[in-house]
Amino acid sequence: MEIISQFRDGVLYIKLSGDIDHHSAKSVRGDVDSLIRKNNPVELELDLSAVEFMDSSGLGLVLGRYKKQTDTGGKMRIINPTRRVLQILQLAGVEKIIKIERMRQV
Amino acid sequence: MKNLKQTKKRMILNEIKTSFPSKSINESMSRIIISSILCQLDPTLDELADIKTAVSEAVTNSIVHGYENNPGGEIKLYACYYDDNTIKIIIKDKGKGIEDIKKAMQPLYTTDESGERSGMGFPIMQSFTDKIRVISTPGKGATVIFEKKISRE
Repeated sequence: MEIISQFRDGVLYIKLSGDIDHHSAKSVRGDVDSLIRKNNPVELELDLSAVEFMDSSGLGLVLGRYKKQTDTGGKMRIINPTRRVLQILQLAGVEKIIKIERMRQV
Repeated sequence: MKNLKQTKKRMILNEIKTSFPSKSINESMSRIIISSILCQLDPTLDELADIKTAVSEAVTNSIVHGYENNPGGEIKLYACYYDDNTIKIIIKDKGKGIEDIKKAMQPLYTTDESGERSGMGFPIMQSFTDKIRVISTPGKGATVIFEKKISRE
């Protein structure tokens, strides 16, 4: 699991890649949360275009970050999920609560 | 007369029996194990992803809920496929079991209070397989059995 991040104008962009399961979610959560603490972003952008596998633990990771962001008055959006990841997000109705941007040029 | 209506019994063509400790690093290993037997049926990428996801969910449930993240438990993974191109998978643990299976299978239901579990494990398994059965005796463990027919295109 590799994480690329960039902070600019209050927006924290984080790109996750590889597999997100219960095992990898632990370290990803720690890394993402420390980036959020450090930058205190107005908006969190989670780029899921390079995620090769994601199950309900990844879903928990996404929803947990959304809760943290909105609890502190921030916003969050999901960028370019792969078709499989989008399918998992939609199964849980995530698109009804978190904005999903599918055609973003990054 | 009785035999006339009986459907032909399907035959097992290949099978694999494995067991591994309830360490979270084995979630990805279980996906690789299941991929290797499933690939003999020449599945589509979507079918492969469906099965990998369902197995990952069941194994994660055993680790997180069955053994409550204690890495000393044993998880058994059995898979076989039949001459009708159906794969059957059994994931079994001897953990604490499931009190209320019906409740556990409801979308968004979770016993976890950290806010980090989505409660979508069983709904994902249901949606990605054709048949699913969950058997559990509280205190003695849980078994998840699922089947999926692989297309022959």
